[in-house]
Amino acid sequence: MFTILDLVQPDNLAEAYQILSDKRNNTILGGCAFLKMGKKRINTGVDLTKLKLNYIQETDGFIEIGAMTSLRDIETHPLLTEHYNGVLPQSLRDIIGVQFRNGVTVGASVYSKYGFSDLITALLSLDTEVELFKAGRMPLADFLSKPKEKDLLVRLWIKKTKRQASYLSFRNSASDYAVLNVAVSMLNNRWTIAVGARPSKAAIAISASALLSLEGATSETIEEAAKRTSEELSFGTNTRGTATYRKALCRALVKRGIMEVLACKSN
Amino acid sequence: MENVGQSIRKIDGMAIAMGKPVYTEDLAMPNALVVKILRSPHAFAKITSIDISKAESLEGVECILTFKDVPNARFTLAGQSYPEPSPYDRLILDQIVRYVGDEVAIIAAVDEKTALLAMKRIKVEYEVMEPVLDFEQAVGHPSVVHPEEDLSCNFEIGLQKENNITSSSHEEVGDVDEEFKRCAVVVEDVYYPQAQAHTMMETYRAFTYLDHAGRLIAVSSTQVPFHIKRQLARALQIPASKIRVIKPRIGGGFGGKQTGAGDVFAGLVTLKTGKPAMIIYDRKETFSATTSRHAMRLKVKLGADQEGFIRAIDMQVLSDTGAYGEHAPTVLGCVGHYTLPLYNKTRAVRFDGKAVYTNKMPAGAFRGYGATQGTFALESTVNMLAEQLKMDPTEIRLKNISKVGETFLTGPGVMLGSSSLDRCIAKGKELIGWEEKFPRREVGYNKVRAVGMAITMQGSGIANIGTASAEIRLNDDGNFTLLTGATDMGTGCDTILSQMAAEILEVPMEKIIVHAGDTDTSPYDPGSYASSTTYVAGGAVVKAAEELKNKILAQSAAILGVAPQDVEFDGLAVRTLSGDQEISFAKLAELTILGTGKLQLVGYATQGCEVSPPPYIAGFAEVEVDRETGKVDLIDYVAVIDCGTVINPNLARIQAEGGIAQGIGMALYEQVRYDEIGKMATNSFMQYKIPSRKDVGKVRIAFEESYEPTGPFGAKSIGEVVANTPPPAISHAIYNAVGVRENHLPITPEKVFLGMQKL
Amino acid sequence: MQIELTINDKAVKWEVANDEFLADTLRSHGFLSVKKACDTSCCGLCTVWMDGKSMLSCSVLSLRAHGKKITTIEGLPKEAEEFAQILSAEGAEQCGFCSPGFIMSVLAMKNELVNPTEEEIIHYLTGNLCRCTGYMGQLRAIKIYLGVA
Repeated sequence: MFTILDLVQPDNLAEAYQILSDKRNNTILGGCAFLKMGKKRINTGVDLTKLKLNYIQETDGFIEIGAMTSLRDIETHPLLTEHYNGVLPQSLRDIIGVQFRNGVTVGASVYSKYGFSDLITALLSLDTEVELFKAGRMPLADFLSKPKEKDLLVRLWIKKTKRQASYLSFRNSASDYAVLNVAVSMLNNRWTIAVGARPSKAAIAISASALLSLEGATSETIEEAAKRTSEELSFGTNTRGTATYRKALCRALVKRGIMEVLACKSN
Repeated sequence: MENVGQSIRKIDGMAIAMGKPVYTEDLAMPNALVVKILRSPHAFAKITSIDISKAESLEGVECILTFKDVPNARFTLAGQSYPEPSPYDRLILDQIVRYVGDEVAIIAAVDEKTALLAMKRIKVEYEVMEPVLDFEQAVGHPSVVHPEEDLSCNFEIGLQKENNITSSSHEEVGDVDEEFKRCAVVVEDVYYPQAQAHTMMETYRAFTYLDHAGRLIAVSSTQVPFHIKRQLARALQIPASKIRVIKPRIGGGFGGKQTGAGDVFAGLVTLKTGKPAMIIYDRKETFSATTSRHAMRLKVKLGADQEGFIRAIDMQVLSDTGAYGEHAPTVLGCVGHYTLPLYNKTRAVRFDGKAVYTNKMPAGAFRGYGATQGTFALESTVNMLAEQLKMDPTEIRLKNISKVGETFLTGPGVMLGSSSLDRCIAKGKELIGWEEKFPRREVGYNKVRAVGMAITMQGSGIANIGTASAEIRLNDDGNFTLLTGATDMGTGCDTILSQMAAEILEVPMEKIIVHAGDTDTSPYDPGSYASSTTYVAGGAVVKAAEELKNKILAQSAAILGVAPQDVEFDGLAVRTLSGDQEISFAKLAELTILGTGKLQLVGYATQGCEVSPPPYIAGFAEVEVDRETGKVDLIDYVAVIDCGTVINPNLARIQAEGGIAQGIGMALYEQVRYDEIGKMATNSFMQYKIPSRKDVGKVRIAFEESYEPTGPFGAKSIGEVVANTPPPAISHAIYNAVGVRENHLPITPEKVFLGMQKL
Repeated sequence: MQIELTINDKAVKWEVANDEFLADTLRSHGFLSVKKACDTSCCGLCTVWMDGKSMLSCSVLSLRAHGKKITTIEGLPKEAEEFAQILSAEGAEQCGFCSPGFIMSVLAMKNELVNPTEEEIIHYLTGNLCRCTGYMGQLRAIKIYLGVA
């Protein structure tokens, strides 16, 4: 049974971090939708409500998203519906329902590095940085690959650009976790292909992205990039799909993703 | 008609929609003990020691009960009429645990936190045994799921416990093998419909207490209050007269609540402590420690002559009943009973089936009750046959279906009283656009659309077993009270039974008070299952209302001093045909009940059913399949229904749409799965996906009324038949789209994809 | 710990535990329209409003309701009844157990979306599961309610 012995609402990040570090089972409380499903016995729950981290704003050429911002706010905020072809809202729309997305926070979603995450895959296709209280600011890809250390995710920084992007997920049923998800983006003919729910966490297909960037998107290179993505990334098996199927889906979805980006470009 | 045939809203509709406190948990006493169950982590094990001392000593713990504390009388949780055909194979708590989730100890405490803490402190040691997990390996498995000597059955059901066979069934008419030899075309295949979870929104729950007379009162979210009463009496070994079961509003059942769940545990706690006790199964327990639909393997072989007449059917069934045999023999039997009579041009028919014990969660009653599995197998094979014969699938049905006045091989002498199935098929073809769409059309890049179809039947009540009684009183104020044991679980039977009573009594609905689902006051009714309520309980209500009407006419005539044939109902009064005299119901009540009348007028009737007239459906699916990914989108589903006379069109439509959606879930999304040690892997809505509103596409319902001579106002049933057509119709559409015939349900995108790879 | 909140326009002070969730707090204070059905934050039955936004009350820590305005169906008798009448006339409440949470979502949608299309309606309400109706009757009721039938 989920228990919280003590609960604090610190006034500043340093205090929050201090409490978090005090004991192994002290935990930051996000939206709690996922947390409550576990049997976790939390010593001190750290509630960041007082830190005013619930916001989306534009700062110095970046879109800044506070850790306590809900997924639903990202989904509906004009800055995010109007940039990158609304790839972030698109990535969130199939997650359970509105009332769920009203509660779940972006900080918990990214910090947890869930393999099934829709949001991380979409963020990875953009120029996203993660700001951690202790480890500081770093590209999302670096954050994903670094070993898990206790830290406090403060905010996300997404470079504001004219990047075109598209997000596709494949689900066995509409509100299920994705069997596979794909985000493709392009800025100044430089391409990024990110694939998540493999079922391990999202990763960028570096070689395939480079191929498109170098040779441009033609029907041959699109096919080749899709194929190469499915070859350079690893896929696993879980109850939602086998590795073989994910590999095949990856090829189909990457191809469609690239085509969608090309289609937005011509609009 | 003023009431029957009208879309009258449910009499409880506003209260339940607005969240009024009318469900079991809402009504429980706030001081009720919280009952929790410690469950087995092993699929098959013997408890060698159980230490409750550290749990018992916890403050707030009221009692902890183990197998040492329960009566030694085996019983069944199946809610069936006595004598139940299901084996008496369980104890409230047993020393042997037979599936992951089987009950080990009952904990009652002042609150949930204490109960859960106490649970952690119970120390159990098990001798773990090799479980039987694959139902196809159950017969002859070295492990015997039920080795106990005191397992018993009320009937010879073909139980062979040493072979893990719960029940067997064999029926054969004509020489099947000989007949196949004579057939021009013979097709056969093997089908695996899966275990499906009911997932009613209100999980299983009950609260119990002792009343002023020391009787055990169980308020239970059940479809079968009278059966729960009998179950409690046997399991707890107390007289049935000491038990009262009350059914409040129910948050859905779908057959799940035709099997007992927590009642015996809460009841035992109340008996041991004398205190009110409440048990609520959480969603995980509801998924993993109640019942599911029986998973089956069905082999079907069909033979037809050159003209397309089906001459021989052979059906062999293996049914996985899990750790206990609730509904095992009857669900098995219904696989054949509710499919084989569809086609009666046969010369030979054989049905052979076994239900087997395994170390998994028990299977139980689930809307469709075997017909769902049987329909998937039979109808898929009929679609194969049509293809072999190069006949349109709708044509082969029209050529072979049973018609009114005809009999069928496995039901000698029983004549079909009503059917509009031929019209259902024709109407469905038109609505789906069969002529233009069959079999497939390309619709752009890698996408193809196709249609498929299937037909189905069910019963209405259980022939020669089903019964229901109803009582209608003229009250002292001139209103009426309808007393019924029928169990409204959201389906609206309180409303439609009132509609029928109002129709006969020629009064507005609001003049009728319904009191239902209370074993102390309701006339006997087995409960809401087997598609019985409209047909059987409705029949009882009609008879009771007619009896009361005649009594009112006779009594009024006597008071008015005229002959009974000279009076008629008029509004809320009886008047003479000449119109010169009348007496209101209120006055009549006053004169008969109050003062010196000494005669409260009551209509009472018991309805039995000698036949179980089948409702029919022709179901049509249109799907779009993505050739690159195997993704199937359901575009359109049309179901045309013959349920006889439609008593309440809106309620019937909702029943149908909901049943179709469950069938869609079975066809495409849902599956109860276990891991390699027999632990359920699908114990939440995150892992077991019922259709969301994005998954059902468009479902369209049409009615083609027939008139069933034995039914109330010509009505038959609708509750179950609606679940059956989606698996075969959708499977057929997928086959027509991409050539993949997937016989293992659900048909997931990956299966379609792999199927396409193999073509 | 004590929280101060507004429940259906009434200011209250409630004592809650650290790990208590709002659905349980609401039920314990008699707001029995709030139903729980999944334990995994995905069925929508416990939907209430927090500062006007629909939330899964089963997953909101009660102390996060401090200083907030909570609305349950008991607090919207007029608006909810208007829609419930239509829903019930369609027969689309069926067992009714999911109805209060569903109605809270429908009313939130009406406040949030202007002239939604059928697709937008379905999308907005995907988080509300129903096992009885197959959703078609609910959609018919919503269309009548919004005047887009």
